[in-house]
Amino acid sequence: MSQNLTKLKYDVVIVGAGGAGLRAAVEAREAGLRVAIICKSLFGKAHTVMAEGGAAASMGNANSNDNWMVHFRDTMRGGKFLNHYRMAELHAKESPDRIWELEMWGALFDRTKEGKISQRNFGGHEYPRLAHVGDRTGLELIRTMQQKIVALQQKDGRETGDMEANLKVYAEFTVTDILKENGKVAGVYGYWRENGDEILFEAPAVVIATGGVGKAFKITSNSWEGTGDGHALALKAGANLKDMEFLQFHPTGMVWPPSVRGILVTESVRGEGGVLTNNLGERFMFKYIPDVFKDKYATTEEEADRWYTDQDNNRRPPELLPRDEVARAINSEVKAGRGTEHGGVFLDVSKRLSAEVIKKRLPSMWHQFYELAGVDITKEPMEVGPTCHYVMGGVDVEPDTAAAIGVPGLFAAGEVAGGMHGSNRLGGNSLSDLLVFGRRAGAAAADYAKANGANPVSDATIAKAADRIEAPFKNEGGENAYSLHAELQEVTHNLVGIIRTGDEIKEAIAKIADIRARSQKVSVAGNRQFNPGFHLAFDLDNMLLVAESTAKSAILREESRGGHTRDDFPGMSNTWRQVNHISSFNGSEVTVTPRALPAIPKELFDLFDIHELEKYMTPEEIAKGGSN
Amino acid sequence: MTRKLNLRIWRGDSTDGGLKDVVVDVNEGEVVLDVIHRVQATQMGDLAVRWNCKAGKCGSCSMEINGKPRLACMTQVASFDEDETITITPLRAFPIIKDLVTDVSFNYKKAMEIPAYEHPTDLAPGAARMEQVDVERSQEFRKCIECFLCQNTCHVIRDHEENKKSFAGPRFFIRIAELDMHPLDRIKNRKRTAQEEHGLGMCNITKCCTEVCPEHIKITDNAIIPMKERVVDIKYDPARMFSGLLRREKRD
Repeated sequence: MSQNLTKLKYDVVIVGAGGAGLRAAVEAREAGLRVAIICKSLFGKAHTVMAEGGAAASMGNANSNDNWMVHFRDTMRGGKFLNHYRMAELHAKESPDRIWELEMWGALFDRTKEGKISQRNFGGHEYPRLAHVGDRTGLELIRTMQQKIVALQQKDGRETGDMEANLKVYAEFTVTDILKENGKVAGVYGYWRENGDEILFEAPAVVIATGGVGKAFKITSNSWEGTGDGHALALKAGANLKDMEFLQFHPTGMVWPPSVRGILVTESVRGEGGVLTNNLGERFMFKYIPDVFKDKYATTEEEADRWYTDQDNNRRPPELLPRDEVARAINSEVKAGRGTEHGGVFLDVSKRLSAEVIKKRLPSMWHQFYELAGVDITKEPMEVGPTCHYVMGGVDVEPDTAAAIGVPGLFAAGEVAGGMHGSNRLGGNSLSDLLVFGRRAGAAAADYAKANGANPVSDATIAKAADRIEAPFKNEGGENAYSLHAELQEVTHNLVGIIRTGDEIKEAIAKIADIRARSQKVSVAGNRQFNPGFHLAFDLDNMLLVAESTAKSAILREESRGGHTRDDFPGMSNTWRQVNHISSFNGSEVTVTPRALPAIPKELFDLFDIHELEKYMTPEEIAKGGSN
Repeated sequence: MTRKLNLRIWRGDSTDGGLKDVVVDVNEGEVVLDVIHRVQATQMGDLAVRWNCKAGKCGSCSMEINGKPRLACMTQVASFDEDETITITPLRAFPIIKDLVTDVSFNYKKAMEIPAYEHPTDLAPGAARMEQVDVERSQEFRKCIECFLCQNTCHVIRDHEENKKSFAGPRFFIRIAELDMHPLDRIKNRKRTAQEEHGLGMCNITKCCTEVCPEHIKITDNAIIPMKERVVDIKYDPARMFSGLLRREKRD
C-alpha cells in the first residue's frame, strides 16, 4: 500500500468534469450533499469544450411548430429506433428547461430578432433546434457550468468560511478503480498525476461521466482523454455495457495535413448551407438518400437550395441527412475513386455565404482551417472525410435515474451511458443529453447517498487497488504502451471501423486479445510524477476492454444500422431492431449476450405515422401497436 | 517529406532542470505538439506535457516556443527556418511541476475570487430577451479558452511574484468585463471591485496580453481600457464625490 495514501470522504463522487459530470455535481450539491468532482485534465478542458454546433432543444424559438414530440420522433429516426424510448422521451421533454437554466446561470447564447435564444438547423432535426454560440457552443456550456460550480463554492464560502468545504474539484487525477463493499459502491481509487500519490475517495454514490472512446481508433475527433475509462471502470465494477458495436463516424473531419487528420469540422457548416461535392464537381448526396428518408429530403439541387430560404414549402438538402448516412456516402465516393487528392471530399460554404457571415457564424472553423491547413474557407472548399467521433454504446442504465443496472450506488451520464441515441446520435443531441441526464444522475446519486449512507472501504480492497497502480513499474523489459496503443488503433481502424465484415471482425477479436495479453506486461520508464507513459498504461487497458466489447458486439449483429455497417449484411433488419447487445466482463474476458429491446408504449407509438413504423418494425410489432 | 528537426526541450522539475537536445522526424504540415508527441512516443516516454483538443479550442498546450508564449497545437513547424533549432520551455510565470507542465492553480484561485453572475430574480426560465448586439460584447470575452498565455506574458506577474496576491491578471479582467457588460447581471459595482480588489490599476496597458491571445480577444482595448476609463469617471465625478455615492454604489 502506498505510504502517501490520502483518504477523503464524500457523499457523492463525480468521475469526469465535462458537461454531464458538472451538471450532476451541481444537482448533487444543490441537494445538500458533499460532492467531489474528479477531472482527468485541468478543470474546464474536458471534451465538451470541443462541441461546436449546438444543443438541441425544442424551444420553438425559430419555428413555433417545434415541440418535444417532433424532437422525440427525430431522435428515434436518427437512432433507427434502437434508442431506449424512455431516454429519448425524457431528453426531448426536458432539454428546453436545461437550456433556459444555463441562461439563468449566465450563458449567453446567440439571439433571434425577438431577443430569444437563436436556434440553427442540423442534420436529422426537422426544425431549427440547436441553441448555439457561433460554433463554440460546447465552450459556452462548460464555462457556464464551471462558473456555476464556482458560484456554489462562493455560497459555501459565505456560509462555512471555506469555499471548498462541500464541493471540490480534483484536477489531473486518474481513477483506476471503482471500489465496492458488500456488493455496493463504496468509493473510487486513483492517483494524482502531478506526483503519483494515491487517494481513496470513500463515497456511497459514484457518478461516471467520462465521455467517449475515440482514442481507441486511429482517426478520431477525440482528445487524449477519450479512452473509454468510464466504460471500462463500470465493466470491471460489474455493470454492463449496451450496444457497443455502434460508433459514430462523423462525416466531416479534416483530412489534410496528416497531423490534423480527424479533427472535427462542425455539422453547422452544412447547417449553414455548405454543400458536399466529389472530384467531378457532383453534389453526390442526392444519390444516397435511403428509402426510409425518401419523402423527407429534396431530390433536386433547386429544391435543396430553396429550402434555405423557405423551409415550409421545400424539403431539406440531403447534406443534412443523419451523420451515419453522410459518412457512408463520403466513404463510398472516396472508395469509388471520386475523392480529393488527400482521400476526402469537398465541403464548400464559400459559394452560399459572404466572407463576413462565414467568419461570424463559423469563426472557429475559419480559424482552424486557416491556421492548420492554410485554407481560407471563405474563398475555397474544405477537404473532409469521416472521423471516429462518438460512441452510442455505453453503460446499461435505468433511464429515469441513470443508475447503472446491477451495481447499487453507481450512476452514469453523458456519452459513457448507453441507450439514449440508439444506433446513431443526431448532432446537437449530445449537449442536451449531458444536461438532461447529468442532472438526473446527480439527483438520483444524491437520493441514493441520503438513503444508504457511507459504505466503508476495507483495507483488503485498498491493498488490491494500490497493487494495480504499482504494477507497470514492476514489469521490466515489457512492451512500450505507446506502440501497443498504435497497434490497437490500426486494428480497430482497419477491422472494426466504419465498414465491417465478419472475417475482419473475427481477426480483430483475435488481435485485440493478443494486444491485451501483451499489455499486461507493459513497462514504464521514469517515475510516477506527471508521467504520460504511466498514464497511458491505464488508458490502454481501458481502450482494450472497449475495443473487445465493440468487436464482440459487432460480430453478432448481422445487419447494418446506424453506426454499425456490415458489408456482408448490408440491409437493415426489423428483427435485429428488437435486440440490444449486452457486454459483461468476468475479470478475464468480455462476453456479449443479446437482450430484448423494451417495446415502445402505445402513447409514444401513436406519435408516428404507421407507415413510417412499418419501415422499422415487424408486422407483429405493428399489429400490437405498442406495449400497452 | 520527412526531415530531421533539432529541438531543445526543457526537462526537469521544481528542484532542478535544463535544456535537452533532441533530433526528431518532422513531416509536412506538422505543428510543434506533433513533434513533442513523437519525442514522447519514441525517445522520452515520461516527457510531461499538457494537451487535449489539438485544435486550439481547449487552451491546454500553452508553453514558450523560442521564448514566445504559444499554443503548441497551433504553431506550425514550417513557420520556423528549416535549420533553426526550436527551443521549448514551460510557461515562466507559474511554478514548474515537471518538464513542460506548470502549476497554474493561481488562475483557478483567482477565478473563485470573482463574484459569480447573478440572474434577475423576477425572470422566469426562457423569459430573458436580449439583443444580439448586446450579447456580442460579452461573447467576445467568453471566447476565452483559458490557455493563460495572457497571464503568463503579463509583466505585472511574470517578473513580480509578489504582485500575484493583489493582481488577478488579464484573463480575469475580461471575466469581470464580461459580467459587467452582461445585459442581465445584477451586480453593479464590478468595475470598482476590478480596481480595488483585483488590481486593475496595476495594468499599464502595454497590450502584451492582447498580442499573445490565440482567440484574438482585444483584451486591452475592449475590456481593460473601458473599465479603467469608467473607474476614473466614477472616482472623479464631483457629484458622486460630494454625495458619497461612491461608497454607497453597491448592489441595486
